[in-house]
Amino acid sequence: MSTVTVVEEAPKQAAQLTKDSYKGKIHPDWCPGCGDFSVLSALQAALFELGLKPNQVLVVSGIGCSSNLPGFINTYGMHTLHGRSLAVATGAKLANHELKVICTGGDGDGYGIGGNHFVHTMRRNIDLTYIVMDNQIYGLTTGQVSPTSVKGMKTKSSPHGSVENPINPMPMAIVGGATYVARGFSGKQKHLVELIKGAIMHPGFALVDVFSPCVTYNKDNTYQWFTPRVKALEDQGHDPTDFRAAMDKAFMWGDEIPIGLFWKRTDLPSLEDLEPVLHEGGPLAYRELGITDEQAKAVIKELL
Amino acid sequence: MPTVDFAIGIGGEAGQGIATPGDILARIFARRGLNLNAYNAYQSIIRGGHTFLTIRCGNGPVRSMGDKLDVLIPLNQDTMDRHLKLLRAGACVIFDGDKLKPGPAAEGVQICAMPMKQLCGANKLGANTVAVAAVLQMLGIEFQPLEDVLSRQFKKKGEAVIAENVNVARAGYEFAAKNFKAFPFKAPNLGKGMAVLTGNQAIAMGGVAAGVKFYAAYPMSPSTGVLMWMAAHARQLGIMVRQVEDEIGVMNMVIGAAHAGCRAMCATSGGGFALMTEAVGMAGMIETPVVCVDVQRAGPATGVPTKTEQGDLWQALGAGQGDYPRIIVAPSTQLDLFNSIPELFNLCDKYQCPGLVLSDLLISEGTASVNPDDLNFKAKIERGDIIFPNGNGNGNGNGEGANAFSGYNDNAYLRYKNTESGISPRAVPGVPGHIYVAATDEHDEDGTLISDEFTNPAKRRMMVEKRARKMETVVNQITPPKLVGPDNAMVTLVGWGSTEGVIREAVEKLASEEGVVANQLHIKWIVPFHVEEITRILSRSKRIIIVENNYSGQFARYLRSETGIAAHGHVRKYDGEPFMPHHIVNAVKEQLAGATNLSVPTHEIYV
Ligand SMILES: Cc1ncc(C[n+]2csc(CCOP(=O)(O)OP(=O)(O)O)c2C)c(N)n1
Ligand code: SF4
Repeated sequence: MSTVTVVEEAPKQAAQLTKDSYKGKIHPDWCPGCGDFSVLSALQAALFELGLKPNQVLVVSGIGCSSNLPGFINTYGMHTLHGRSLAVATGAKLANHELKVICTGGDGDGYGIGGNHFVHTMRRNIDLTYIVMDNQIYGLTTGQVSPTSVKGMKTKSSPHGSVENPINPMPMAIVGGATYVARGFSGKQKHLVELIKGAIMHPGFALVDVFSPCVTYNKDNTYQWFTPRVKALEDQGHDPTDFRAAMDKAFMWGDEIPIGLFWKRTDLPSLEDLEPVLHEGGPLAYRELGITDEQAKAVIKELL
Repeated sequence: MPTVDFAIGIGGEAGQGIATPGDILARIFARRGLNLNAYNAYQSIIRGGHTFLTIRCGNGPVRSMGDKLDVLIPLNQDTMDRHLKLLRAGACVIFDGDKLKPGPAAEGVQICAMPMKQLCGANKLGANTVAVAAVLQMLGIEFQPLEDVLSRQFKKKGEAVIAENVNVARAGYEFAAKNFKAFPFKAPNLGKGMAVLTGNQAIAMGGVAAGVKFYAAYPMSPSTGVLMWMAAHARQLGIMVRQVEDEIGVMNMVIGAAHAGCRAMCATSGGGFALMTEAVGMAGMIETPVVCVDVQRAGPATGVPTKTEQGDLWQALGAGQGDYPRIIVAPSTQLDLFNSIPELFNLCDKYQCPGLVLSDLLISEGTASVNPDDLNFKAKIERGDIIFPNGNGNGNGNGEGANAFSGYNDNAYLRYKNTESGISPRAVPGVPGHIYVAATDEHDEDGTLISDEFTNPAKRRMMVEKRARKMETVVNQITPPKLVGPDNAMVTLVGWGSTEGVIREAVEKLASEEGVVANQLHIKWIVPFHVEEITRILSRSKRIIIVENNYSGQFARYLRSETGIAAHGHVRKYDGEPFMPHHIVNAVKEQLAGATNLSVPTHEIYV
C-alpha cells in the first residue's frame, strides 16, 4: 500500500515572516563565545532579509561543532556525515532545484575530509551556498590540528607545532571554479549578513569562509587576534571582477587580512543551466515516475 | 521440433574486433527467436592479451555458456593454439587460412581454412565478416539476415561501404557452401524475435521502469555499463545522470536526491561499494530509500577487474557501522535484474531504507535474450508513506497557510514518529508545515539530536527499535525460494544469485547423463532471509551441497548463521571464471562417491 500525501496549502492568511521564523527548536549547545553563534544569526538575518520562506530552504551540514547548525535553525535540514555535505547537497539541489540549498560546516569537514567534494563541487558551479565556519582547529574532537591551522600551531595532535602548510581556501576557490568567493568574520556580523545574502542570491557556487573563533581550543586565532587585522575589501575599493586583484588579496595574511567579497563572476552558466533535463517540468523530485509507452518502445527497439 | 543447442567461440587479442562479429551473430540468432547466452572472457587491458567470447544458442532455455563449443573462430594463432584442442567431434574451426596454422585437433573436427585474401579483396577488415557468413551458412541460415544486419551496421558510412561488405560476406557464404560440411541440424526460425541485453543494461532499464530520476556513478568495471546506458539515455528519458568525483560522493549524492524526493540509484563494484558504506548507513539512519547495485568482481582490493566472483556477500551484510535495516537481493539473470529493481524500490520506499543488489560480472556483462514482452516498463510503483507539496511540480510550496513554517519548532510533524510499524510518514523538503532535520546523529522523533539534551538511553533504545521494527514485515512481501526438482533427490544443490542457471543445467545433466537425481534450492533474497521456508526445505534434504563463486563459502556461512544448517558439501570456484555445468557435475559426483566434501574446480581454458 502506498499513501502519497499531497499537502494542500491552506489559503488562510499569509504566514508572516519574522526574524523568529528561522529560530530553531534547540538552543545552540556551542561554548559561550563560540564564533558560530554569530554565523547562525547572520544566516538567519540573511534569510529573513531575502524573504526566503523556511520551507523553501534546505540547510545541509557535515559533522563538527559548526555542522550542528541545521538543528538550530528553522528550515529543512540535513545533518549528514563528516565531510559529505556538498555531495549530499548536490544531490538534493539537482533533485529539487527550486530549493535554496545552503551548506554549513567546519574547516576540517570541508577542506579536510571533504576536500575532494569541495574541489569538484566548485568546478561544477552548481547553485549552492557554502558557509565554512573556519576556526582553524577541530573543535568537536577537542582540539586537533586542522587543514587551515597555521604552520607552527600547537594543538593536541601537533604538540610540537604543525609542520604542514595550511590550505588557503580563498585562492583555491578562485582558481577552482567557484564564482562567488568571500570571507567574513564572526566579529563583523552585519558585514557577514551581506556576504551571505550575496552568496545565496548568486546563481552558482558561492563560498563564504568565515573566521569563526573556537574560544575553547584555538588560543592563537582569537577575536582579539583577528579584530585589528581584518580589513573589509568593500572599504578599499576592491573590484571583485578583477582576477589579479582578487588573487593578490587572497594571498594576504599577517598584520592585514582582507575580508569581504574577493571574487565574483556572473558570466558562467551554472550546472543547472547546462542540464537540459532540468529546463522543463519543475523539480525532478516532483515529476511523475515512469516513462511513456513510446519511450519504452524506443528503448526496447534498440535491443531487437 | 528437435532440440537445437550450439555454441560459437570467437577469440583474439583485445582490439581485434571480437565484439562486432559477436553482436552480428547474437542479433541474427535472437531475431530468429532463439534463446541466447553470451559471455566474454577478457582482461583489464585495452589492446593485446586474449579475449574469448562464447555465444550459446538454442530453441530451449539457454541458462549458461555451457560446456562445449561447436564453432571456433580464432582471429589469431594464440586462440587457435589454446582452444582448438578442446573441440570435440562434430565441431569446426573457421579461420584465415592465409595467416593461421591449425595444430593437432581431435578426430571429427572440421578444419575450415578460408582463403581470406582472395575472398576479401581490398577489404582488409572483411575477414571477420567472412567467418560470420560461413558460420551462418553452415547453420542453415539464409543470407538475407546477414545482409540486413550489415546494412544497419554500415548505414552511416553509405551505400558503397554497405555493398562492399555485403559482397565480401556473400563470397564467404558461397565459399562455405561449396567447401564445408554443414551442421546436421539447422538453426530454426521460431518467428518472434527476442531482445538481447546485458545485465548492466537490464539494471539501468529496471531503474527506468522503477521511475529513477537520478543516477550517479564513478566508473568501475564491471558496473560501468549501467552508467554508460544511463548517460546515453538521460536526456531522452529525463534522468539526471552524474559521474561523480568518487564513490563516497556518489552514494552521498544519491541520498541527497532521494531525500529530496527522487527515486535515486547507483551502481558500482566491490571497491566502490566499500567507499560508499558509511553513507549506506546514513540512508539507514535518516531513513532514506536508495538503491545501490554492487556488480561483484574478483577481490580483494583491485583484485581481478575483469573477472567474476560472488565475494561481496559479507561486505553487503556488514556494510556500514551499527545496526540498521537494509534489504539485500541477489537476482539470477538479466531479466531478473530488470524486474528486481522496481520491486526493490517499492520495498525501500515503503520501509524507508537502503536496498542493495548483488549482481556480478557474469550476469552484468553477460548477454542474454529475453522476450521483449517481458520487459515491462509499466512496473507497479508504490512510494510508501510520503508527503509532497501541492502544485504540479511547483516545488516551492508557497505555504501561505498559518502553519507553513512549522514542523520542527512546534512538533506539528514528527518525521521519525515512533509508530507501531516503525514506518513514519516522510515529508520531502519544500513541503509547508513539515520542517525537520534529517540527522545521522541519533535523534528523537522530531529529528532533534539526542545528544542535544541528555543522551537519553530510553530514547536511544526507542529509536533503534523503531528502525528495526520496520523490517519485521518485509519478508511477507517477497517471494520465498522454491525447491526445483524431485522431492526425494539424492542431493540438493543450493546457490544464490547469478549461478542459478548453471546449477540448473548441472542438475539436468546429472539426471540425464549420470543417473544422479538432484534438486535445486536457489536463494534470491538475502535480507530478509526466508528462514522458515529454507529450513523446512533443507531439513528434508538427504544431502546439501552449496555451490558458490568464492573461496570461503560466504553463503554457506550465512546459511548457517541464519538457520543453523551446515551443508554436507561445498563446491567453490574462485579462479575468476564462472562455473561451467560440468564443473558442478564432476564435483557432485566426487562428493557422492565420498571422495571429498569440498570441490574446487578450476577453469580448463586460460582466457
Ligand atoms: C568519518 C569520520 N571521521 C572522523 C570523525 C570525527 N570528527 C567529528 S567532527 C571532526 C572534526 C571537526 O572539525 P571541523 O570540521 O573543523 O568542525 P568544528 O568542530 O571545528 O566546528 C572529526 C574529526 C567523524 N565523525 N567521522
Ligand atoms: S569547541 Fe570551539 S568550535 Fe566547538 S563549540 Fe566550543 S568554541 Fe565552538
